[in-house]
Amino acid sequence: MTFLRVTWAITCKDLLTEWRSRETVAALFTFTLLVMVIFGFAVEAPTTELGAVAPGIMWASLCFAGVLLLNRSFQNEGENECLAALMLAPADWAAIYFGKALANLALMAVVEACAVPAFAVLFGRDLLAGLPLLALVLALGTAGFALVGTFLAALTANVRASAVLLPVLLFPLTVPVLIAAVRATAIALAGGPLSDASQWVALLLIYDLLFATLAYMLFDFVMET
Amino acid sequence: MINQSTGRTILGILSFLAILLALALVFLYAPLAADPLTGRALPEQKIFYFHIASAWNGFLGFFLVFAFSIAYLWQRARRWDRLATTAMEISWLYFTIVMVTGPIWGRVAWGVWWTWDPRLTTSLVLWLIATAYLLTRALVHSGERAAIICAALGILGFVDVPIVFMSIHWWRTQHPVLITTESVGLTSPMLVAFIVSLFAFTLFFFYLLWIRASLASAEDMVAHLQERARERL
Repeated sequence: MTFLRVTWAITCKDLLTEWRSRETVAALFTFTLLVMVIFGFAVEAPTTELGAVAPGIMWASLCFAGVLLLNRSFQNEGENECLAALMLAPADWAAIYFGKALANLALMAVVEACAVPAFAVLFGRDLLAGLPLLALVLALGTAGFALVGTFLAALTANVRASAVLLPVLLFPLTVPVLIAAVRATAIALAGGPLSDASQWVALLLIYDLLFATLAYMLFDFVMET
Repeated sequence: MINQSTGRTILGILSFLAILLALALVFLYAPLAADPLTGRALPEQKIFYFHIASAWNGFLGFFLVFAFSIAYLWQRARRWDRLATTAMEISWLYFTIVMVTGPIWGRVAWGVWWTWDPRLTTSLVLWLIATAYLLTRALVHSGERAAIICAALGILGFVDVPIVFMSIHWWRTQHPVLITTESVGLTSPMLVAFIVSLFAFTLFFFYLLWIRASLASAEDMVAHLQERARERL
Protein backbone atom coordinates (compact mmCIF):
# COMPACT_ATOMS: atom_id res chain seq x y z
CA MET A 1 0.00 0.00 0.00
CA THR A 2 2.80 2.39 0.86
CA PHE A 3 4.14 1.76 -2.61
CA LEU A 4 0.96 3.00 -4.27
CA ARG A 5 0.68 5.93 -1.87
CA VAL A 6 4.23 7.08 -2.58
CA THR A 7 3.68 6.64 -6.32
CA TRP A 8 0.53 8.72 -6.18
CA ALA A 9 2.13 11.39 -4.00
CA ILE A 10 4.98 11.82 -6.48
CA THR A 11 2.59 12.01 -9.42
CA CYS A 12 0.56 14.68 -7.62
CA LYS A 13 3.69 16.60 -6.68
CA ASP A 14 4.87 16.70 -10.31
CA LEU A 15 1.45 17.70 -11.60
CA LEU A 16 1.07 20.36 -8.94
CA THR A 17 4.49 21.83 -9.79
CA GLU A 18 3.45 21.96 -13.41
CA TRP A 19 0.02 23.43 -12.55
CA ARG A 20 1.66 26.32 -10.71
CA SER A 21 3.63 27.43 -13.75
CA ARG A 22 1.76 25.74 -16.63
CA GLU A 23 4.72 26.61 -18.81
CA THR A 24 5.92 23.15 -19.78
CA VAL A 25 2.64 22.04 -21.29
CA ALA A 26 2.19 25.33 -23.14
CA ALA A 27 5.73 25.16 -24.50
CA LEU A 28 5.34 21.53 -25.49
CA PHE A 29 2.07 22.17 -27.30
CA THR A 30 3.64 25.04 -29.24
CA PHE A 31 6.62 22.87 -30.06
CA THR A 32 4.42 19.98 -31.29
CA LEU A 33 2.46 22.38 -33.45
CA LEU A 34 5.69 23.76 -34.89
CA VAL A 35 7.01 20.32 -35.78
CA MET A 36 3.72 19.53 -37.53
CA VAL A 37 3.95 22.76 -39.51
CA ILE A 38 7.55 21.96 -40.43
CA PHE A 39 6.43 18.55 -41.68
CA GLY A 40 3.66 20.28 -43.60
CA PHE A 41 6.30 22.27 -45.48
CA ALA A 42 8.77 19.40 -45.73
CA VAL A 43 6.31 16.87 -47.15
CA GLU A 44 5.20 18.43 -50.40
CA ALA A 45 1.76 16.99 -51.18
CA PRO A 46 -1.87 18.11 -51.42
CA THR A 47 -3.81 17.62 -48.19
CA THR A 48 -5.94 14.87 -49.72
CA GLU A 49 -2.88 12.78 -50.51
CA LEU A 50 -1.30 13.17 -47.08
CA GLY A 51 -3.33 10.23 -45.75
CA ALA A 52 -0.48 7.77 -45.83
CA VAL A 53 2.05 10.01 -44.08
CA ALA A 54 -0.26 11.90 -41.70
CA PRO A 55 -0.16 9.34 -38.82
CA GLY A 56 3.62 9.34 -39.08
CA ILE A 57 3.74 13.13 -38.89
CA MET A 58 1.52 13.10 -35.81
CA TRP A 59 3.63 10.54 -33.96
CA ALA A 60 6.97 12.03 -34.97
CA SER A 61 5.84 15.41 -33.61
CA LEU A 62 4.67 13.83 -30.36
CA CYS A 63 7.93 11.86 -30.01
CA PHE A 64 10.05 14.99 -30.30
CA ALA A 65 7.90 16.86 -27.80
CA GLY A 66 7.96 13.87 -25.46
CA VAL A 67 11.74 13.82 -25.35
CA LEU A 68 11.77 17.45 -24.25
CA LEU A 69 9.34 16.63 -21.45
CA LEU A 70 11.34 13.59 -20.34
CA ASN A 71 14.55 15.56 -20.27
CA ARG A 72 13.01 17.98 -17.80
CA SER A 73 11.40 15.36 -15.64
CA PHE A 74 14.44 14.48 -13.53
CA GLN A 75 16.53 17.57 -14.15
CA ASN A 76 14.29 19.62 -11.87
CA GLU A 77 15.00 17.13 -9.09
CA GLY A 78 18.71 17.83 -9.37
CA GLU A 79 18.30 21.24 -7.72
CA ASN A 80 18.73 21.22 -3.95
CA GLU A 81 19.30 17.46 -4.01
CA CYS A 82 15.56 16.85 -4.36
CA LEU A 83 16.09 13.40 -5.82
CA ALA A 84 18.08 12.30 -2.78
CA ALA A 85 15.23 13.51 -0.58
CA LEU A 86 12.68 11.61 -2.68
CA MET A 87 14.76 8.48 -2.29
CA LEU A 88 14.31 8.72 1.47
CA ALA A 89 10.60 8.02 1.04
CA PRO A 90 9.60 4.85 2.91
CA ALA A 91 8.98 2.73 -0.17
CA ASP A 92 10.75 1.03 -3.05
CA TRP A 93 12.59 3.45 -5.27
CA ALA A 94 10.51 2.04 -8.09
CA ALA A 95 7.64 4.07 -6.61
CA ILE A 96 9.53 7.23 -7.63
CA TYR A 97 9.86 5.84 -11.11
CA PHE A 98 6.19 4.94 -11.48
CA GLY A 99 5.08 8.25 -9.98
CA LYS A 100 7.24 10.15 -12.46
CA ALA A 101 6.15 7.98 -15.38
CA LEU A 102 2.51 8.54 -14.52
CA ALA A 103 3.02 12.30 -14.25
CA ASN A 104 4.79 12.35 -17.64
CA LEU A 105 1.96 10.33 -19.13
CA ALA A 106 -0.63 12.76 -17.75
CA LEU A 107 1.28 15.81 -19.04
CA MET A 108 1.68 14.24 -22.48
CA ALA A 109 -2.06 13.45 -22.48
CA VAL A 110 -2.81 17.14 -21.97
CA VAL A 111 -0.44 18.07 -24.81
CA GLU A 112 -2.05 15.44 -27.04
CA ALA A 113 -5.56 16.61 -26.20
CA CYS A 114 -4.59 19.99 -27.71
CA ALA A 115 -2.19 18.88 -30.44
CA VAL A 116 -4.15 16.02 -32.00
CA PRO A 117 -7.21 18.17 -32.89
CA ALA A 118 -4.82 20.75 -34.31
CA PHE A 119 -3.22 18.00 -36.35
CA ALA A 120 -6.65 16.90 -37.62
CA VAL A 121 -7.38 20.43 -38.80
CA LEU A 122 -3.97 20.99 -40.41
CA PHE A 123 -3.93 17.70 -42.28
CA GLY A 124 -7.66 17.30 -42.93
CA ARG A 125 -8.19 14.10 -40.94
CA ASP A 126 -11.42 12.93 -39.36
CA LEU A 127 -10.86 12.04 -35.71
CA LEU A 128 -14.40 11.10 -34.80
CA ALA A 129 -14.76 8.04 -37.04
CA GLY A 130 -12.29 5.95 -35.06
CA LEU A 131 -12.15 7.93 -31.84
CA PRO A 132 -12.19 5.04 -29.30
CA LEU A 133 -9.39 3.25 -31.14
CA LEU A 134 -7.43 6.46 -31.56
CA ALA A 135 -7.71 7.24 -27.85
CA LEU A 136 -6.61 3.72 -26.94
CA VAL A 137 -3.61 3.86 -29.29
CA LEU A 138 -2.59 7.30 -28.02
CA ALA A 139 -2.78 6.04 -24.42
CA LEU A 140 -0.84 2.83 -25.03
CA GLY A 141 1.70 4.42 -27.35
CA THR A 142 2.39 7.34 -25.06
CA ALA A 143 2.63 4.91 -22.12
CA GLY A 144 5.30 2.96 -24.01
CA PHE A 145 7.37 6.09 -24.56
CA ALA A 146 6.79 7.31 -21.01
CA LEU A 147 7.76 3.99 -19.39
CA VAL A 148 11.04 3.56 -21.24
CA GLY A 149 11.72 7.30 -21.40
CA THR A 150 11.23 7.98 -17.69
CA PHE A 151 13.54 5.09 -16.86
CA LEU A 152 16.26 6.42 -19.17
CA ALA A 153 15.68 9.98 -17.94
CA ALA A 154 16.33 8.82 -14.38
CA LEU A 155 19.55 7.16 -15.51
CA THR A 156 20.84 10.16 -17.43
CA ALA A 157 19.60 12.81 -14.99
CA ASN A 158 23.01 14.00 -13.81
CA VAL A 159 24.81 13.57 -17.07
CA ARG A 160 25.99 16.73 -18.79
CA ALA A 161 25.12 15.59 -22.31
CA SER A 162 21.71 14.21 -21.31
CA ALA A 163 19.84 16.39 -23.81
CA VAL A 164 21.52 14.50 -26.65
CA LEU A 165 21.93 11.21 -24.91
CA LEU A 166 18.29 10.63 -23.97
CA PRO A 167 16.85 10.64 -27.52
CA VAL A 168 19.80 8.63 -28.81
CA LEU A 169 19.05 5.93 -26.23
CA LEU A 170 15.26 6.21 -26.36
CA PHE A 171 14.43 6.15 -30.06
CA PRO A 172 16.09 2.86 -31.06
CA LEU A 173 14.47 1.10 -28.10
CA THR A 174 11.00 2.44 -28.93
CA VAL A 175 10.99 1.49 -32.63
CA PRO A 176 8.24 -1.12 -32.01
CA VAL A 177 6.05 1.46 -30.24
CA LEU A 178 6.42 3.92 -33.09
CA ILE A 179 5.64 1.34 -35.78
CA ALA A 180 2.63 -0.10 -33.93
CA ALA A 181 1.27 3.31 -32.96
CA VAL A 182 1.59 4.72 -36.48
CA ARG A 183 -0.04 1.68 -38.10
CA ALA A 184 -2.91 1.57 -35.59
CA THR A 185 -3.42 5.33 -35.90
CA ALA A 186 -3.68 4.97 -39.67
CA ILE A 187 -6.44 2.39 -39.15
CA ALA A 188 -8.22 4.63 -36.62
CA LEU A 189 -8.04 7.67 -38.91
CA ALA A 190 -9.49 5.65 -41.76
CA GLY A 191 -12.42 4.80 -39.49
CA GLY A 192 -11.55 1.11 -39.28
CA PRO A 193 -12.92 -1.00 -36.41
CA LEU A 194 -10.83 -1.96 -33.40
CA SER A 195 -10.53 -5.55 -34.62
CA ASP A 196 -8.49 -4.41 -37.63
CA ALA A 197 -5.86 -3.00 -35.34
CA SER A 198 -5.96 -5.76 -32.72
CA GLN A 199 -2.48 -7.04 -33.57
CA TRP A 200 -0.96 -3.58 -33.13
CA VAL A 201 -2.86 -2.92 -29.91
CA ALA A 202 -1.67 -6.29 -28.59
CA LEU A 203 1.91 -5.43 -29.52
CA LEU A 204 1.68 -2.09 -27.69
CA LEU A 205 0.15 -3.78 -24.66
CA ILE A 206 2.87 -6.43 -24.51
CA TYR A 207 5.58 -3.83 -24.95
CA ASP A 208 4.15 -1.64 -22.16
CA LEU A 209 3.76 -4.53 -19.72
CA LEU A 210 7.18 -5.96 -20.50
CA PHE A 211 9.04 -2.70 -20.08
CA ALA A 212 7.08 -1.68 -16.99
CA THR A 213 8.11 -4.98 -15.40
CA LEU A 214 11.74 -4.62 -16.51
CA ALA A 215 11.94 -1.06 -15.26
CA TYR A 216 10.39 -2.10 -11.96
CA MET A 217 12.97 -4.87 -11.52
CA LEU A 218 15.95 -2.79 -12.60
CA PHE A 219 15.20 0.56 -11.00
CA ASP A 220 16.54 -0.26 -7.55
CA PHE A 221 19.76 -1.53 -9.08
CA VAL A 222 20.39 1.45 -11.30
CA MET A 223 19.65 4.12 -8.68
CA GLU A 224 21.83 2.79 -5.89
CA THR A 225 25.09 4.73 -5.91
CA MET B 1 48.14 -24.43 -16.28
CA ILE B 2 48.84 -22.36 -19.37
CA ASN B 3 49.11 -18.67 -18.68
CA GLN B 4 46.74 -16.07 -20.11
CA SER B 5 48.88 -14.78 -22.93
CA THR B 6 49.77 -18.24 -24.22
CA GLY B 7 46.10 -19.18 -24.29
CA ARG B 8 45.35 -15.98 -26.14
CA THR B 9 48.04 -16.65 -28.72
CA ILE B 10 46.77 -20.17 -29.27
CA LEU B 11 43.21 -18.91 -29.77
CA GLY B 12 44.55 -16.25 -32.16
CA ILE B 13 46.40 -18.81 -34.25
CA LEU B 14 43.38 -21.11 -34.25
CA SER B 15 41.04 -18.39 -35.43
CA PHE B 16 43.54 -17.33 -38.10
CA LEU B 17 43.70 -20.90 -39.40
CA ALA B 18 39.92 -21.28 -39.22
CA ILE B 19 39.42 -18.11 -41.25
CA LEU B 20 41.96 -19.30 -43.84
CA LEU B 21 40.10 -22.60 -44.08
CA ALA B 22 36.77 -20.80 -44.35
CA LEU B 23 38.11 -18.59 -47.16
CA ALA B 24 39.45 -21.61 -49.02
CA LEU B 25 36.13 -23.44 -48.66
CA VAL B 26 34.06 -20.46 -49.67
CA PHE B 27 36.07 -19.50 -52.75
CA LEU B 28 37.58 -22.78 -53.90
CA TYR B 29 35.33 -25.58 -52.67
CA ALA B 30 31.77 -24.27 -52.64
CA PRO B 31 30.34 -24.03 -56.17
CA LEU B 32 28.84 -20.86 -57.57
CA ALA B 33 25.16 -20.51 -56.80
CA ALA B 34 22.87 -20.47 -59.81
CA ASP B 35 19.66 -18.57 -60.33
CA PRO B 36 16.85 -21.15 -59.97
CA LEU B 37 14.93 -19.65 -62.92
CA THR B 38 17.53 -18.64 -65.47
CA GLY B 39 20.46 -20.78 -64.40
CA ARG B 40 22.69 -17.70 -64.45
CA ALA B 41 25.70 -17.95 -62.10
CA LEU B 42 25.42 -15.75 -59.00
CA PRO B 43 28.92 -14.91 -57.75
CA GLU B 44 27.44 -12.30 -55.39
CA GLN B 45 26.02 -15.15 -53.32
CA LYS B 46 29.55 -15.55 -51.84
CA ILE B 47 28.81 -12.57 -49.63
CA PHE B 48 26.20 -14.67 -47.85
CA TYR B 49 28.89 -16.69 -46.01
CA PHE B 50 30.33 -13.59 -44.36
CA HIS B 51 27.08 -11.66 -44.03
CA ILE B 52 25.21 -14.33 -42.08
CA ALA B 53 28.27 -15.28 -40.03
CA SER B 54 28.68 -11.63 -39.01
CA ALA B 55 25.00 -11.25 -38.19
CA TRP B 56 25.13 -14.34 -35.98
CA ASN B 57 28.12 -12.94 -34.10
CA GLY B 58 26.43 -9.58 -33.76
CA PHE B 59 23.48 -11.27 -32.07
CA LEU B 60 25.82 -13.38 -29.96
CA GLY B 61 27.47 -10.15 -28.83
CA PHE B 62 24.10 -8.71 -27.84
CA PHE B 63 23.35 -11.80 -25.79
CA LEU B 64 26.73 -11.60 -24.03
CA VAL B 65 26.21 -7.90 -23.30
CA PHE B 66 22.83 -8.82 -21.77
CA ALA B 67 24.39 -11.50 -19.56
CA PHE B 68 27.38 -9.36 -18.50
CA SER B 69 25.09 -6.39 -17.81
CA ILE B 70 22.95 -8.44 -15.42
CA ALA B 71 26.11 -9.67 -13.73
CA TYR B 72 27.37 -6.10 -13.42
CA LEU B 73 24.17 -4.72 -11.89
CA TRP B 74 24.12 -7.70 -9.54
CA GLN B 75 27.70 -7.57 -8.29
CA ARG B 76 28.94 -4.14 -9.35
CA ALA B 77 32.33 -5.58 -10.27
CA ARG B 78 34.30 -3.57 -12.85
CA ARG B 79 35.19 -6.82 -14.59
CA TRP B 80 31.62 -7.42 -15.83
CA ASP B 81 31.36 -3.88 -17.11
CA ARG B 82 34.61 -4.22 -19.03
CA LEU B 83 33.41 -7.49 -20.57
CA ALA B 84 30.00 -6.00 -21.48
CA THR B 85 31.59 -2.99 -23.19
CA THR B 86 34.05 -5.19 -25.00
CA ALA B 87 31.30 -7.52 -26.22
CA MET B 88 29.28 -4.53 -27.42
CA GLU B 89 32.26 -3.06 -29.28
CA ILE B 90 32.79 -6.31 -31.14
CA SER B 91 29.08 -6.75 -31.71
CA TRP B 92 29.02 -3.26 -33.19
CA LEU B 93 31.91 -4.20 -35.48
CA TYR B 94 30.10 -7.31 -36.73
CA PHE B 95 26.84 -5.43 -37.22
CA THR B 96 28.76 -2.82 -39.21
CA ILE B 97 29.98 -5.62 -41.46
CA VAL B 98 26.34 -6.73 -41.82
CA MET B 99 25.26 -3.18 -42.66
CA VAL B 100 27.99 -2.89 -45.31
CA THR B 101 27.73 -6.31 -46.92
CA GLY B 102 23.90 -6.34 -46.93
CA PRO B 103 23.46 -3.35 -49.24
CA ILE B 104 26.30 -4.52 -51.52
CA TRP B 105 24.50 -7.80 -52.02
CA GLY B 106 21.10 -6.12 -52.24
CA ARG B 107 22.33 -3.81 -55.02
CA VAL B 108 23.37 -6.75 -57.18
CA ALA B 109 20.54 -9.13 -56.30
CA TRP B 110 17.59 -6.80 -55.95
CA GLY B 111 18.79 -3.69 -57.78
CA VAL B 112 18.48 -1.49 -54.69
CA TRP B 113 20.95 -0.65 -51.96
CA TRP B 114 18.39 -0.84 -49.22
CA THR B 115 15.07 -2.48 -48.61
CA TRP B 116 13.06 -2.33 -45.40
CA ASP B 117 13.19 -6.07 -45.03
CA PRO B 118 12.57 -7.26 -41.43
CA ARG B 119 15.99 -8.85 -40.97
CA LEU B 120 17.86 -5.96 -42.53
CA THR B 121 15.88 -3.38 -40.58
CA THR B 122 16.20 -5.26 -37.29
CA SER B 123 19.97 -5.34 -37.82
CA LEU B 124 19.90 -1.60 -38.45
CA VAL B 125 17.99 -0.97 -35.21
CA LEU B 126 20.42 -3.17 -33.28
CA TRP B 127 23.33 -1.34 -34.88
CA LEU B 128 21.75 1.93 -33.69
CA ILE B 129 21.34 0.56 -30.15
CA ALA B 130 24.97 -0.56 -30.18
CA THR B 131 26.03 2.87 -31.44
CA ALA B 132 24.01 4.56 -28.68
CA TYR B 133 25.73 2.27 -26.17
CA LEU B 134 29.19 3.23 -27.39
CA LEU B 135 28.21 6.92 -27.59
CA THR B 136 27.19 6.76 -23.93
CA ARG B 137 30.74 5.71 -23.07
CA ALA B 138 32.06 8.72 -24.91
CA LEU B 139 29.51 11.25 -23.62
CA VAL B 140 29.28 10.27 -19.96
CA HIS B 141 32.44 11.15 -18.12
CA SER B 142 31.71 9.42 -14.84
CA GLY B 143 32.79 5.82 -15.32
CA GLU B 144 30.29 4.32 -12.92
CA ARG B 145 27.31 6.29 -14.28
CA ALA B 146 28.25 5.25 -17.82
CA ALA B 147 28.54 1.64 -16.68
CA ILE B 148 25.07 1.71 -15.10
CA ILE B 149 23.42 3.40 -18.09
CA CYS B 150 25.08 0.93 -20.43
CA ALA B 151 24.10 -2.06 -18.31
CA ALA B 152 20.46 -0.94 -18.36
CA LEU B 153 20.67 -0.32 -22.12
CA GLY B 154 22.26 -3.73 -22.66
CA ILE B 155 19.38 -5.43 -20.86
CA LEU B 156 16.56 -3.37 -22.40
CA GLY B 157 18.14 -3.61 -25.84
CA PHE B 158 18.37 -7.38 -25.76
CA VAL B 159 14.79 -7.83 -24.55
CA ASP B 160 13.72 -5.44 -27.31
CA VAL B 161 15.15 -7.58 -30.13
CA PRO B 162 12.20 -9.99 -30.67
CA ILE B 163 9.64 -7.17 -30.37
CA VAL B 164 11.55 -5.05 -32.86
CA PHE B 165 11.67 -7.96 -35.26
CA MET B 166 7.97 -8.78 -34.89
CA SER B 167 6.88 -5.18 -35.32
CA ILE B 168 8.98 -4.69 -38.45
CA HIS B 169 7.83 -8.03 -39.81
CA TRP B 170 4.16 -7.11 -39.42
CA TRP B 171 4.79 -3.62 -40.69
CA ARG B 172 6.34 -4.94 -43.90
CA THR B 173 3.66 -7.54 -44.52
CA GLN B 174 1.11 -4.73 -44.49
CA HIS B 175 2.85 -2.99 -47.35
CA PRO B 176 2.99 -4.19 -50.92
CA VAL B 177 5.97 -6.51 -51.03
CA LEU B 178 8.01 -5.54 -54.07
CA ILE B 179 10.97 -7.66 -53.22
CA THR B 180 10.85 -11.05 -51.63
CA THR B 181 13.85 -12.64 -50.04
CA GLU B 182 13.44 -16.15 -51.42
CA SER B 183 16.14 -18.42 -50.18
CA VAL B 184 18.59 -19.87 -52.65
CA GLY B 185 18.82 -23.61 -52.05
CA LEU B 186 22.09 -24.55 -50.44
CA THR B 187 23.96 -27.54 -51.77
CA SER B 188 25.93 -29.51 -49.23
CA PRO B 189 29.40 -28.13 -50.17
CA MET B 190 27.93 -24.66 -49.68
CA LEU B 191 26.55 -25.70 -46.32
CA VAL B 192 29.96 -26.99 -45.23
CA ALA B 193 31.61 -23.73 -46.29
CA PHE B 194 28.92 -21.79 -44.45
CA ILE B 195 29.26 -23.74 -41.20
CA VAL B 196 33.04 -23.46 -41.25
CA SER B 197 32.91 -19.72 -41.86
CA LEU B 198 30.34 -19.36 -39.07
CA PHE B 199 32.66 -21.26 -36.75
CA ALA B 200 35.72 -19.25 -37.86
CA PHE B 201 33.98 -15.93 -37.30
CA THR B 202 32.78 -17.04 -33.88
CA LEU B 203 36.27 -18.15 -32.89
CA PHE B 204 37.60 -14.79 -34.02
CA PHE B 205 34.85 -13.11 -31.97
CA PHE B 206 36.11 -14.74 -28.80
CA TYR B 207 39.71 -13.96 -29.68
CA LEU B 208 38.81 -10.27 -30.10
CA LEU B 209 36.80 -10.40 -26.87
CA TRP B 210 39.78 -11.79 -25.00
CA ILE B 211 42.42 -9.34 -26.22
CA ARG B 212 40.11 -6.34 -25.94
CA ALA B 213 39.08 -7.32 -22.40
CA SER B 214 42.73 -7.69 -21.33
CA LEU B 215 43.47 -4.31 -22.86
CA ALA B 216 40.55 -2.76 -20.98
CA SER B 217 41.73 -4.33 -17.76
CA ALA B 218 45.25 -2.96 -18.37
CA GLU B 219 43.75 0.49 -19.02
CA ASP B 220 41.91 0.29 -15.71
CA MET B 221 45.12 -0.68 -13.96
CA VAL B 222 47.00 2.26 -15.51
CA ALA B 223 44.24 4.66 -14.47
CA HIS B 224 44.37 3.28 -10.95
CA LEU B 225 48.14 3.63 -10.78
CA GLN B 226 47.98 7.18 -12.12
CA GLU B 227 45.52 8.07 -9.43
CA ARG B 228 47.75 6.63 -6.75
CA ALA B 229 50.78 8.44 -8.16
CA ARG B 230 48.81 11.69 -8.08
CA GLU B 231 47.88 11.09 -4.46
CA ARG B 232 51.57 10.68 -3.60
CA LEU B 233 52.49 14.03 -5.14
